[in-house]
Amino acid sequence: MKRILDRRLFLRTAASTAATVAVAGGTTVIAASNGAWAMTLSAFDAATARVLLVMTRDLYPHDMLGDVYYAEVVESLDKKAKADPRLAETIREGVAALDRATGVPWLQLSPGGRLEVLKAMETSPFFQTVKGETLVGLYNNKLVWHHFGYQGSSAEFGGYLHRGFQDAGWTMQPDAEASPPPPA
Amino acid sequence: MARFELGDDSVVVVIGSGAGGGTLANELCQKGIKVVLLEAGKRESPETFVNDEWAAFVQTAWLDKRTTSGSWRVARDFPNLPAWICKTVGGSTVHWAGASLRFQEHEFKTRSVYGDIAGATLLDWPIGLADLEPYYARAEAKMGVTRTNGIPGLPGNNNFRVMYTGAKRLGYKTVHTGRMAINSRARDGRSHCLQIGFCFQGCKSAAKWSTLYTEIPAAEATGKLDLRSECQALQIQHDASGKITGVLYADKDGRQHVQKARVVCVACNSIESPRLLLNSASSKYPDGLANSSGQVGRNYMRHTTGSVYATFDRPVHMFRGTTMAGIIQDEAGHDPKRGFAGGYELETLSLGLPFMAAFLDPGAWGREFTRKLEGYAHMAGMWIVGEDMPQASNRVTLHPTEKDRFGLPIPNVHFDDHPNDIAMRAHAYRQGAAVYRAAGAREIHEVPPYPSTHNLGTNRMSARPQDGVCNSFGQTWDHKNLFISDGSQFTTGAAENPTLTIVALAIRQAEYLADQMAKNAI
Ligand SMILES: Cc1cc2nc3c(=O)[nH]c(=O)nc-3n(C[C@H](O)[C@H](O)[C@H](O)COP(=O)(O)OP(=O)(O)OC[C@H]3O[C@@H](n4cnc5c(N)ncnc54)[C@H](O)[C@@H]3O)c2cc1C
Ligand code: SF4
Repeated sequence: MKRILDRRLFLRTAASTAATVAVAGGTTVIAASNGAWAMTLSAFDAATARVLLVMTRDLYPHDMLGDVYYAEVVESLDKKAKADPRLAETIREGVAALDRATGVPWLQLSPGGRLEVLKAMETSPFFQTVKGETLVGLYNNKLVWHHFGYQGSSAEFGGYLHRGFQDAGWTMQPDAEASPPPPA
Repeated sequence: MARFELGDDSVVVVIGSGAGGGTLANELCQKGIKVVLLEAGKRESPETFVNDEWAAFVQTAWLDKRTTSGSWRVARDFPNLPAWICKTVGGSTVHWAGASLRFQEHEFKTRSVYGDIAGATLLDWPIGLADLEPYYARAEAKMGVTRTNGIPGLPGNNNFRVMYTGAKRLGYKTVHTGRMAINSRARDGRSHCLQIGFCFQGCKSAAKWSTLYTEIPAAEATGKLDLRSECQALQIQHDASGKITGVLYADKDGRQHVQKARVVCVACNSIESPRLLLNSASSKYPDGLANSSGQVGRNYMRHTTGSVYATFDRPVHMFRGTTMAGIIQDEAGHDPKRGFAGGYELETLSLGLPFMAAFLDPGAWGREFTRKLEGYAHMAGMWIVGEDMPQASNRVTLHPTEKDRFGLPIPNVHFDDHPNDIAMRAHAYRQGAAVYRAAGAREIHEVPPYPSTHNLGTNRMSARPQDGVCNSFGQTWDHKNLFISDGSQFTTGAAENPTLTIVALAIRQAEYLADQMAKNAI
C-alpha cells in the first residue's frame, strides 16, 4: 500500500519542477510544491541543493522511493558542510564543474546526458563524497527499509525464532539431522 | 576484580582480550596466575549492543587508520579498512559469527602434502592434528559448539533452506547448520539463540560465545584478573639480555604507564600484533622484537574469500536468524584435480540492507545496481572460506610517514592474490552459483571479498627458528618470556574459520606457560 502511495507521490513530485524556496537569516528552506518534503539548509544555496537532490537520485535511483529520502541525504550533507568548510568548498566546486562540463546547466541536460557527465567525474573527490554519503545515508534510513523488505532491529521483538525464520516454504524441507528442530 | 601494581613483575601481561587473549587470560587465572589484561577498546555488553549495522560498526570495530597496498580489490574499495576487526573488550569475538571447525589433518602439513608451490611460502606446522585434538575438545566444550558434546545443531533459517535445497539437488553430501559456538539450547548460564540475525553486531541474547561474557567474567571471578580496558599497548620493553621486562601503554586519558611483567603475551590480532613487535624496535633489536628471522609481519593470510548471492522468484528474507548457521563441506578437502591446492568451505552469510548496499558491488552506482538491490528480500547468500597461500610479500609493515595519535607509525597491509587463490575462488564462485541455480535462482551475484575478518600468519610458528617467529607453543624464538597468542601464530591458514583453533592454541599455551613458570624456566 505504502509503496504505491509513495510511487504516486514521487511521480507528482518529479513532475512539479517548481519547489518553493524561502530564504531567511542565512537558512534556506526548499519545500516540494505538493508538501511531501522540505529541506532546511544552512550551508548550500537552493541551486546547489536542487542539483544534489537530482544527483543523489541519479546515483541510486529507486522509483519506489519518494524525493523525501534523497532530500534527507542532501540535508545531512548540508549539515556536515556547515561544520566542515573544506567539504562545503568541494561540493560548491563540484556542482560548478557539473555545469561547466558541457556548457549547459547540468539540470537541463537529458537524464542520459546527466549520467554521462557524472560518469566522467567518477574519480573526483566531489563525486566520491556525494556517492559515499548517499550510499550510507539512503540505505541506513530506517524508513526506506520496508520498501526493500528488510525488517531491521529484531531483538526487541524476541528475534525471528517465532517470526518466520523458517517460512520460505518453497524450499526443500531439510532432514532433522541437517537442521534439528528449534528449542521447544 | 584484582588490581596489581605497575611495578609488580610477577604478573603475566596479556595484550588483547579477544579469542586468543581473552581465553589465555582466563586459563591462566584458573591456574592461579596473576594476569594484567590490556585492551585498547571499551567494555560493552549485550545490553549496549545495537541491532544496527553501521551503529554497531562504529561502536565496536577497529577504526584507527590503516593503509593498504597490492592488487587485492579491498585496497581499491576500502583503502583505509583492510580488515573488519573489533576494538572492544572481547575483541572480534563480539562480531564473529560463531562457525567453529577443526582443521583437517593434512592442513598441518601443507608443504609436505601440497609440495613446492611457486611463490608460496608453505611450511608444515610444528604440530599436527593429534597434538591439538585434546585442546580442540576442550575448546568445543568451553564454547558450546553445536554438534559436539551432545549439543544439537541449530535450526536452519531461510538462508540455510535455500542453500540446502540447491546443495542436495547438486548432490553435495555434507550439508547442515554447521558447528557453531552458539547455544542451540540454553547452556552455561546463557540463553539459546533467538534467531535475532545480528550475530555480526554483537549478540544481544549472549547465545553466541564471546570472551566478553564468558572467559573474562570467569577470570574476574578468580580474583586474579586485572582487566584494563581502553588501555593500548605501545611498546614491549626488554633488558640488556633481551629478556622482556614490561609493556608501555596509554590509558584512556592518554597517560602513559609501564606495567612490569614476568611474561608478555601478544594477542592483538594479525595486524596489530606484528605492528606492536615492529614498533618495539630498540637499538639492540633494530628490526623489532622477535624478528631475527625477518618473518614478523610476513605471510599475511586472509582466506580466499568471496560471496555468492542469488535472487529468487520467491522471498527468502535471509537476514532472519543466525547469520552463518549453514555449511557445505564437500569442497573442503585437498583435491588437486580441481586445479588448485587446498580446499574451501561454503557457509551461509547474510547482510542487512545497509551493508548489502556497501558490499554487493563496492563502487557501483546507477540503475543496474539499484535494480539488484531491490531484490534484497528475495536474496540468499553464502560465503567462501578457502585456504590461501602464504606469501612473503603479503605483509604488514610500518607506514613510512603516517603516525597514529600516540606518534607511532600506522600499519600498512599489502596483499596480492596467489594464482592458487584465484583458481580456487573461481571454482568456488562456479560451485556456489551452481548450488543457487539448482535451487531456482533467477540471477547470481559474485561478490568480491569484504575487508578481512580472518587475519592470520604474521608471526608464524615453525619447527626451526629461521623459518618463523615462535615455536609450537607460541613462545618466540628470540625472547623466551614473550609469547604470540592469537591467529598470527598460524603457520598456514587451512580452509576452516580460525577461531576454534586460536582458542585451542590458547588453552595449550596456558598449560605450557604455567608449567614453564612453575619450573622457573621463564
Ligand atoms: C564479522 C566477523 C565474523 C567472523 N566470523 C567468524 C566465524 O564465524 N568463525 C571464526 O572462526 N572466526 C570468525 N571471525 C574471526 C574471529 O573473530 C577472529 O578470528 C578472532 O576473534 C581472532 O582472535 P584474536 O585473538 O586473534 O583477535 P581479536 O579477537 O580481534 O582480539 C584482538 C584484541 O586486541 C586488541 N588490541 C589490538 N591492539 C592492541 C594494543 N596495542 N593494545 C591493547 N589491545 C589491543 C583489540 O582491540 C582486540 O580487542 C569473524 C570476524 C568478524 C569481524
Ligand atoms: S541469531 Fe542467535 S547468535 Fe546471532 S545474534 Fe541472534 S541470538 Fe545471537
